[in-house]
Amino acid sequence: MQNALQEPQTIVLLGGTSEIGRAIVDELVSPSTRQLVLACRRPDEAQPERFETASLAVAVEHFDAADTADHEHFVRQLAECFGDLDVVVLAFGQLGSQADFNDHPAAAAEVLNVNYVGAVTASLAVAGQMRRQGHGHLVVLSSVAGERGRASNFVYGSSKAGLDVFAQGLGDSLAGTGVKVTVIRPGFVHSKMTRGMTSVPFSSTPRQVAERTVAGIRAGRQTVWTPGILRYVFMVLRHLPRGIFRRLPLR
Amino acid sequence: MAVLTACSLNVVPATSDFKPGRRVMLHGWGGAAPSAAELVEVNAADLAVAVKNLPARGGIARGLGRSYGDPAQNSGGHVLRLVPVHDDVVVDDNACTVTVGGGVSIDDLLAIIVPRGYFVPVTPGTRFVTIGGAVASDIHGKNHHREGSFGNHVTSLRLMLADTTIVTIGPTIDPELFWATVGGMGLTGVIVDATFRLIPISTSRITVETSRIDNLDEVMARMSESDANFRYSVAWLDLLAKGRHLGRGVLTNGDHSTRAELGPRQHAHPLGFDGKQIASVAPVIPAHGVINRLSVKAFNEVWYRKAPRFREGELQTISAYFHPLDLVGDWNRVYGRQGFLQYQFVVPFGAEATLRTVIERISAASLPIFLTVLKRFGEANPAPLSFPQGGWTLAIDVPARSGGLSELLRGLDSLVLDAGGRHYLAKDHQTTAEAIRRGYPRLDEWLTVRHRVDPTGVWASDLSRRLGLTLTNRDT
Repeated sequence: MQNALQEPQTIVLLGGTSEIGRAIVDELVSPSTRQLVLACRRPDEAQPERFETASLAVAVEHFDAADTADHEHFVRQLAECFGDLDVVVLAFGQLGSQADFNDHPAAAAEVLNVNYVGAVTASLAVAGQMRRQGHGHLVVLSSVAGERGRASNFVYGSSKAGLDVFAQGLGDSLAGTGVKVTVIRPGFVHSKMTRGMTSVPFSSTPRQVAERTVAGIRAGRQTVWTPGILRYVFMVLRHLPRGIFRRLPLR
Repeated sequence: MAVLTACSLNVVPATSDFKPGRRVMLHGWGGAAPSAAELVEVNAADLAVAVKNLPARGGIARGLGRSYGDPAQNSGGHVLRLVPVHDDVVVDDNACTVTVGGGVSIDDLLAIIVPRGYFVPVTPGTRFVTIGGAVASDIHGKNHHREGSFGNHVTSLRLMLADTTIVTIGPTIDPELFWATVGGMGLTGVIVDATFRLIPISTSRITVETSRIDNLDEVMARMSESDANFRYSVAWLDLLAKGRHLGRGVLTNGDHSTRAELGPRQHAHPLGFDGKQIASVAPVIPAHGVINRLSVKAFNEVWYRKAPRFREGELQTISAYFHPLDLVGDWNRVYGRQGFLQYQFVVPFGAEATLRTVIERISAASLPIFLTVLKRFGEANPAPLSFPQGGWTLAIDVPARSGGLSELLRGLDSLVLDAGGRHYLAKDHQTTAEAIRRGYPRLDEWLTVRHRVDPTGVWASDLSRRLGLTLTNRDT
């Protein structure tokens, strides 16, 4: 159960090695938090000791975002082992490389399958569990890349566009069930996923994303832009003519 | 020979067809952290059917939702509202007791018993609580220093257990289960009805002595020396006052007026009772509420200044003296969408330094805090989860969104627990299972009784899950 200060007892991170996801967990954990579950494809890389304290137990579970057939079973198992899932952070995702996609179109299918299809089935499974328990908060990591297709990352961007629309609708469909969905739209984040890439304006760190995300969750927001100014930047960018948008230095 | 009178409650006559529940969002009076559950309105006759129908996530009884936190929520499960029926109040004039249905409110009860010359043995700061809730929270009032909490006055009660049997229990009949039910937050069963002693009164007025006192030390000193002389005693503090005015407040002591104290106008209706609301807070409130440091500081200042330096012999009505906030319906809405929480704790006598440190820390945090209630408790009763114990209790309302609130309250939790104090389950909505375990050293004793009457964990609430008072899904 969450308390009056919106502090969860149980947190599940889907994408347990995601840097942004882990930063959000750091920010979310309070003295009320008893159980953290790091769910990821490579459990040996999860480093649970990073979070463990005397009052916080950390479990690592094998979870493959691409194995969509298993997601419902996986979530039911989680609830059976750890009780109510108060907050689930869906943070897994792959960026991929456009050059790769051009050479091997099948590689794009893999990214889409994780970022969109896997995120949809995992979210639906989590939503089902939360509806049964009558409360819960699902946090979905979208991206501003989904706001408008860009030459440099349109496969990734289109997967996030699909996920973003899905999560908005899911949130609305859960009105009155006690379950909340918050969509996070970060801009460029300095993390291992973007290592080696040139930064663009309004970039942020995982920690900054986490602070805004948790403040947004506690305030009951449905959408969190990080940094906040991106909401207004994209209000403009969304309406720029293609010819101009294409020439903008947004790598 | 007992003289029993069944009194008519002004309620819709009960029908015998059992209606299934509907899915609703429920929250406590504080409005924070709502959750969804099936709300089943049921009368005592159909209660067994409703209990048999409980799903895996169990059920909990809910009265009028005046607990501040989550004890009357059961997310994903059922919440049972015991609907009062018209013969739910039976007065025994010889024994000076009354038997009241668990779903009947103190408001309804007072309307019946005050004109007959009785008062409830304990009333909290609102009339809108049910008798079931009063027992389950073991509520206290301004007379605790002399007369203890609600459970002290209960002579027997009927409890529906998880297996749908109804048992009659009391201080001499299965006392373990009785005292586990008093203060047991509804987690031992549904309180079908309770029989308790009444206070005979000859008028419906309270004779009040009011003192405005400029600082905390003096408030505490005056309270300690004066409360033994009065049945009712409470102090309201202004925690926004700083420096040497820290903890300034207004002490009100009172007792039921005698007929001789009434003026000529009141003599016409010595037992008249009028509990109406004069206003209600509209549902249209800005998302962040209207509570901020400026508005609250101004309110507290006006309220402090309007109190007389000293006045005795003032006659007040029951509603004005005991239930001033009930005059404004839905006042909790002023805190906005995020809601608020009430932080109430008790520290034993001798821990006055801790009380002062707590007040200093709250004052230093500059939170928008309305009037705060300070009261001296008398002795504790035998209930393992009953909140009151000999000492000082303080209750503070604070908006749930205040910055740094989590850190502040964790710090206060430690201070309170280190001093041998504890927190009130009917108010709590933020503390941890460890804090409850430390504050209630007889918790295991309570859990043993609970396990005896509810081995499979049929009774469950958001509070019980949050604070580990019942088994979680995985343990069953």
